[in-house]
Parts: sequence; structure tokens; C-alpha cells
Amino acid sequence: MSYLEYRVQTTPTGLSKLLYINWGLVLLLISVASVGFLMLYSVAGGSLQPWAEPQMKRFAIGMIGMFAIAMVPIHIWRNTAGLAYALSVMLLVAVEVMGSIGMGAQRWIEIGPIRLQPSEFTKIAVVMFLAAYYDWLDIRKVSRPLWVLIPLIIILLPTFLVLKQPDLGTAILLVAGGGILMFAAGVHWAYFAVVIASGVGLVSAVIESRGTPWQLIKDYQFRRIDTFLNPDSDPLGAGYHITQSKIALGSGGWAGRGFMQGTQSRLNFLPEKHTDFIFTTLAEEFGFVGAASLLTLYALIIVFCIASAVSNKDRFASLMTIGIAATFFLYFAVNMSMVMGMAPVVGVPLPLVSYGGSAMLVLLAAFGLVQSGHVHRPRERS
Amino acid sequence: MRRPPKDTEDSRRRITRRGLVLGGGMLGFMGVLAARMRYMQVDQAEQFRLLAEENRINIRLIPPARGLIFDRTGTPVAENAQNYRLVIVREDVGDLDETFAMLRKLVPLTDEDVERALREIRRRSPFVPVTIADQLAWKDVAEVAVNAPALPGVTPEVGLTRHYPLAHDFAHVVGYVGPVSDYDLGKLENPDPLLQIPKFQIGKVGFEAKEEDLLRGSAGTKRIEVNAGGRVMRELSRQEGKKGADIQLTIDHGLQNFVNARLAGESAAAVVLEVETGDILAISSAPSFDPNLFVRGISGKDYRSLTENDHRPLADKSVQGTYPPGSTFKLVTALAAHEAGVVTAGETIYCPGYKQLGTRRFHCWKRGGHGRVDLHGSLMHSCDVYYYELAERVGIDRISEMARRLGIGIRHDLPMSAVAEGLAPSKAWKQERYGEAWRVGDSLNAAIGQGYVLASPLQLAIMVSRVATGQMIRPRLIKSIDAVEQPIGTDGPLGVSPTTLSQIRKAMYAVSNARGGTAYASRLLPENMRFAGKTGTSQVRSVVVHNASVPWEHRDHALFVCFAPFDAPKIAVSVVIEHGGGGSAVAAPVARDIVARALHGDLPPLDIFPAGVRDSVAERFQSMPLRDRTGMPPVSDRA
Repeated sequence: MSYLEYRVQTTPTGLSKLLYINWGLVLLLISVASVGFLMLYSVAGGSLQPWAEPQMKRFAIGMIGMFAIAMVPIHIWRNTAGLAYALSVMLLVAVEVMGSIGMGAQRWIEIGPIRLQPSEFTKIAVVMFLAAYYDWLDIRKVSRPLWVLIPLIIILLPTFLVLKQPDLGTAILLVAGGGILMFAAGVHWAYFAVVIASGVGLVSAVIESRGTPWQLIKDYQFRRIDTFLNPDSDPLGAGYHITQSKIALGSGGWAGRGFMQGTQSRLNFLPEKHTDFIFTTLAEEFGFVGAASLLTLYALIIVFCIASAVSNKDRFASLMTIGIAATFFLYFAVNMSMVMGMAPVVGVPLPLVSYGGSAMLVLLAAFGLVQSGHVHRPRERS
Repeated sequence: MRRPPKDTEDSRRRITRRGLVLGGGMLGFMGVLAARMRYMQVDQAEQFRLLAEENRINIRLIPPARGLIFDRTGTPVAENAQNYRLVIVREDVGDLDETFAMLRKLVPLTDEDVERALREIRRRSPFVPVTIADQLAWKDVAEVAVNAPALPGVTPEVGLTRHYPLAHDFAHVVGYVGPVSDYDLGKLENPDPLLQIPKFQIGKVGFEAKEEDLLRGSAGTKRIEVNAGGRVMRELSRQEGKKGADIQLTIDHGLQNFVNARLAGESAAAVVLEVETGDILAISSAPSFDPNLFVRGISGKDYRSLTENDHRPLADKSVQGTYPPGSTFKLVTALAAHEAGVVTAGETIYCPGYKQLGTRRFHCWKRGGHGRVDLHGSLMHSCDVYYYELAERVGIDRISEMARRLGIGIRHDLPMSAVAEGLAPSKAWKQERYGEAWRVGDSLNAAIGQGYVLASPLQLAIMVSRVATGQMIRPRLIKSIDAVEQPIGTDGPLGVSPTTLSQIRKAMYAVSNARGGTAYASRLLPENMRFAGKTGTSQVRSVVVHNASVPWEHRDHALFVCFAPFDAPKIAVSVVIEHGGGGSAVAAPVARDIVARALHGDLPPLDIFPAGVRDSVAERFQSMPLRDRTGMPPVSDRA
């Protein structure tokens, strides 16, 4: 049953909505972000600058945004999902056309002091649009080929643009996140079997294409894959990041080396220690206890989201929450796998912990959507 | 917005089911992550901890201070001087060009220096200190220090470098050090890791090279923490190395300086031995050079001027140079013949000015002959024919054996470069060397120290000291190592009858103290300074010509050996002056001055010299490039 089929007056209005916010989830988000502040303070050598303080400010702004989004009725978000998607695709095109160059990849547009990274925004827009699509679609048509093709296009169009940047990490997140949402929406499992099978085929094709004129991915991406498969082959060159990351992580031991005592991060053996590799610093300084604690916090966020989703009778909110949880999950799962040497280095930040504006703001906005769905869920009169 | 009611209980259950499946899947994967974390952080923690330590800890060597070298009085001969240099750290410098412009006003810097430094700076990480200038004077360093606020990133540093305060005096004995080269490394089987330190100084020549192992010491280590870029963050622990051993030489720097100064201008060598101990009191080769030039890195021009000099300053003539000993070798021939019993001391031999051997006539240096001479007369007047006769009687092999007993033709074990063996020829030697039989004529030549016989000035001094003491003393250069006195070496008694020795000594006394002796003009007056010697003039070319009229390099070598004082011998002296002319005229006065200086312990007063030579001696002393001029006699007013 859709939200509209219930009486609107059973949903909270005005400031009383604040009472219906999922405060447990808010607390979890603050906890995770605080871990981030602590680590950013540590990798800066015990200083709020240059990372911890800007990150705190952005988090504060993000939290305000989250509450603002949560206050807006969920059906408005559903109705603007198409617009958000269209906007994100346009921004991706714009970045392609006029984006500035950073780290060899065109990923952001500068509008005055604001540096906008559209690929982050795209992840949420795709989830929103897919959720709106399945909310609109007759449940019986979900697995029909034509109606499966449309969400595929919705996913693959921005994926293609992101890959052109090139941003392999975001592309993986888009495809996997969208796929999970389709699964949640009830698409027949056979499609996934086919996709996974063809995915394996594609990987083989990519590997086969190496060195040929129709090579499908860039050389440096190939090298990253090589490095991932055998990091010890080139410990001072391409394998350096993974090797050093694993050393940092492993040397943390059970309880870690202590706050600000991590030699690997403090002595710069870790690359990108404030962004993609911040988890290694945590693992080095707080050991297995610290790393497992963060993982537990993440797990609780997932559990809260899934619980909210399955208990919500609004299909859009339910699917979107699952999609956002999945995206969030993919962020930290890929990041942790990467720093632990289980996945190639693809440049995915640790959500809410890694230093970076776009990802944090977009994630908090996404949790704002989750909260909106939670607050405005249809309630039966008691 | 109106949409058909399509939300059935079935669809909601499906979403719930799939949502739970997904949640379970995610939690499952998180379980995998946790398991991996646990595996790495708990099971493999030890191994990764070790790798992290290896990452961050570097072990650096601390170069030990090189052992010092002193003379027998404790005066430093080789020391470690502070070496001031300027280093620049790029990341601390504001404007590099401006800094260099300013530096060039303060410190002598060539375009080449600046170019080299800039190249180095570009090549290194910005935090690595790069040396701009080395071996700076304190004045320049002080200038830079005063201007430090205007020169950020430029710091004076101090290190140790070898310095030879006595410069020329000990150049041939001590040698010099230099930065270790690939060639040096190639020679070693198991090189000390210290040698890998850039510009580490090792002994290249002379004592510095021979006693490298003693002088070098052993490296200390410090464990330092480095970051990924190699920047040193802090020192974790330090283990001091062991300083090289301090070595005291037997040489007296005052006497050494005097001998050097006395030989100035000549291509010559002189050795002074303490006869009882074998201590080398002075060992000099002229001309000399400043070893400090080599430590700093000698310029091409300076090096050429050393190698192209026909007086060969780089060669150590005192131990490397071998010369036909000339008449000084008659001591050997006399001892060999008398010990063999083929002649008695009192027996006279007639010298008509030559000895006929078959069709060949061997001349005495005195064309008219000496008439009848015995042992005493033959040494005093240096009669050649007497020794031709002795050689014919005793045979070369016994002469050769005696020469070796006296220290000629054997390699003396001294920590100096290329110590020469000399040559005491024998029948077997000639057969082996030239494949020819020894001929009596060869013996006759050898008897007067010509022909095949070769001896170094050191060997001549050893010969005299063995004659003076009757003991086979060994030369000693190291007096003590780290204040531990080194043993005095002797190969036991010479094994020659004391009577013969005594007769030879008396004859030597007559050489320089009896009217008519070949060195009578070079006598010293005081009883306790009188020396007993033997002159020698060895031919460079076989034709006897007047020395003043031939080119320098064709003139005869002048030699003189002696011991003093005659009654109670303390020192033995040998002097060889290349192409100097006659031994009595040229070498004996040098030896006389050395004896006077050595026995007096300081610059000797003029009244010990015969009245006739005082003026020339005074003039000589005045013109000598002495380091210490105290006790210098006044030049007599000859106007």
C-alpha cells in the first residue's frame, strides 16, 4: 500500500516531526564522524588543522542539511527524484566538458569557492530515481524484460559518464548500488545470475583487451589490478600503497599502538592517509579493537536502515532506504577490502571518516532522505 | 498525482524479504571483513609489526675518529682537525639565487662550486643537506654565521679531517689519507661498512696506509627513525664506535725537521737510528711535499709539479730508493774477509793504483795508488785495490752472506710504503737472474759497492748500527700503540769476532778524525761527539769524469755512513745525496751536522766545529728552512 492510501493526518507535522526522527541512527552517524575527527586529528600530527576542523564544520553543515531534508515530506522527494537524476547527469556531462583537472581525473566543477563533485551526488540521485521508478511500476511488471531494461539504462548512463572521468570506484558503486536496489525491488533472481555471468565475461574481455587498440580501461588501472593481484612484485613502486597499508594495519595488533603512535602513518609510509587510507591509521593506532568497533558502528547503521526499510509500508521510502544503505555499505566494504588487500585500489573513501566534503555532504543528505522516509512513513491509526 | 492501487501485501512481503536477505548479506560480508581484520591484526600482528619496524628504523654508521700519530716526544704528527663546511637545506631557503649571490660575497666560491651545488640540490629531496663548500677557513665560516639571519637554510657544519701539522717533515713516513675510492674497495675482500660512507678517509700511502687497520678504529651505530621520504625524525639509540689507536712514532720531530732542512735543495735521503734500540730517530727524503695537499684533493697543477720534478719529491728515497753503496760497502767486504780468515787485520796489501785481472785492469780511485795498506789504512783512505784483493780471496757468496747479516739485501719489516729489499748479489742470484756465471770481476765491483750491489739509506744505517753494536738490531718505527710500548726487535748477536769489529770501528774513527782520513774535514771537535764513519761515492756512469763538468743526473751519488759517539755509540747515520758528487766533500758534512744536532739535542753551537768550517756552517744554519730557530748561532761578521 502506498503512503497516499493512508490518511495524511496520521503522520506527524511541524516540529513534532523531530520526535519521530530515528535518533539512534543520528547518534550512530555522529559516532562514526567523531571517529573520523579523531583520526584526522591524529594524522595531522595532533592538530585540528588542516583536516579535522574543516571536516567538523562540514559535518555540522551536513547535519543541518540532513535534518532539513528529513523535515520535507517523502512524497516531495519521490516527485523530485527524476529531476535530481536529470540534474546529476547534466552535471556529469558538464564536468566532462569544463571540469578542472585534478589527480589526472576530471571529477569536479568549481563554482566560486564550492568544489562540486557530481559523481557523489549521482550515487544518491540514481538510488532515488530507481526507487521512484519501482514505486511507480506495477509490481507484476517488475521482472519483464522491457521494465528491466529501463532501470539498467538509468544506471548505466551515469556509469558510462563516470567511467570517462575516469572514476572506477564510483562506477563500481553505481552499478552495484543500482543492482542491489533492483534486487530489493523484486526483479527476478535469474537476471542477476545472467548479469554476474556476463560481468565475469566482461572482466575477461577487459583483461583480454590489454595491449590491443580497443583496450577497455587505462593502463594505470591495469597496473592497479596487477598490483592488487601481486603487491609484493613491486613493493616500492605500484605495490607500495597496498604493502604499506597492510603493514600498518597488521602492525596495529590487538589493541593498537596508541593514539597518535602509529609509526606507519606518522612517518608518511601510508599514502593518502587522511582520505582513502584513513582506516589503516585507525587500525594501526587502535588495533583490532578499534577497527572492529568502527565496523560494528557501520553494521549498526546498516541494521537501523534495513529495519527502517522493512518496517516502512511506503515502497519508495523503503526501496530508497535499502538503496542508500547499500551504497553506504559499498563505500566502506570496498574501502576496507582495498586497504586490507582484498580488492584493488580504486579510490573509494571510508564514508563519514575520510576527509572530503562532497562525499560527506552527499551521504548526510542521503541519510536525510532515509530520515524523511522514517518520519513520514504511513502509520495505521491505533 | 493519481496512480493505480498496485501495492499488494505480496509486494510488500517481497521487499521485506529481499531487504532482509540484503541486510544479511551485508552483515555476512562485514563478518568476512572482521575475520580478515582479525587474521591480519591478531594472527599476523608479529610479522607486520616487524615489517613496520624495518620500515621506520635505519641503522647509520658513526665514523670513528682516526687514531692520532705522535712523534717520540708526543708532538702531534697527524691529527684530526675540524673541517668547516657549509651545507644548504633547500626547503629552508627562500630565494636560492639570492642566497648564492650573498654567499659568494662572504665565501670564496667558484662558478664550478655553485654549479655543482645547484645540481646536487636539484637532484636531492628538499630536506637533504647539500654541501656547498668544504675545507673553509674559520674566518669565512664566522662571516656566514654572523650573516645567518639573512641566509636561511645555510648552516656551517663541522666535521673531522686529517691534518698534518708538520707538513713536509713527515710526508714520506706518515703518508696521507684520502677519500676511499672504488679501486680501494676493489682491493678488499671483506670491506668495512665504514668505507661505504661517502668521502670516508683512509690511508693511501705510507704509515697511514700500512697501519690503516690500527688507525681506523671501528664504527659506532645509531638507530634512527626515518619517514617514508628518508627524513630523519629522531635518534632511537646510539652505540659509540671505537676510536682508532693513537700511535707514537720513534721519530723525533725536531731532528726530523733538522734533517729535512739540511737536505733542502738536494735530491737526497738520510736516516738516523738509535743503535741500541733500532729506533728510527729521523728518516728523511728530500725534496718532500705537503701531504695536506692530498687530503684536500690536490690540484692538477700541483700534482704535475710534483710528478714532473726531476728530484722526484713523491718518492721516499730513504726506504724505497736503492743505490750502489760505493765505498761504504767496504765495511761488509772487510768483515766478510776477516771473518773468513782469508786476511788478517795487520796484513798489508800493495796498491799500485789498480789491480790486474786477466786482461782487465780495475782501478783504484787514487790513480797513483796507496802503496802498502792494511785494514785500518784501507778504510781510512778508502783504498779500492785492497778490497779487490779481499774480494778475490773471500768470494762473492761470503760477502753476500755478510751483507745480509748487516741488513743489506733483506726486506726490513717497517710500516712504510714499498720498503726496498736492496740487493746483495751472489753466484746463484746471477745465474738465476741473468743465466750467466758469476765472474771474479763481478766480485771486485761488488767489493767496493758497485756493480750489482744495491742498498737503501735505511739499510746503510742499519749496517752501521750493527757494526757499532755487534747486535743485529731491527729498525723500529712504532714506539707505542695506545701508550703500550712496542717491543724492541733484535735478531741476536751479529756473530762477528769483537776484535775484527773493534778494528773496523777504529778505522772508521780514523776516517773522520785522523788527519788524512777521507772525512777528516768533517770532524767534530768534542770528545763525546766524535763519530766514526765511512765515505762512499758511487758511480752513476762507468767513466770517471770530473763531476762539476757533467750534467746533474750523470754525477756520482755521494754517500756517508757513521755512528756516534765513537766511545759509546748512540746513533747511526746514513746520508745519500743523489748526484751529489763525492762522499767526503758532500755527504760527510751533512752527516756531521746531523750527528751534531742529534747528540746536542738542539741546534749545536758553532764551537764544536773545526774553526775552518764555522763560517760556512753558521751560514748554512742561517739559510736552512728550520721550523724552530731557537739556538740559532749568529752569523759572524765577515766584513
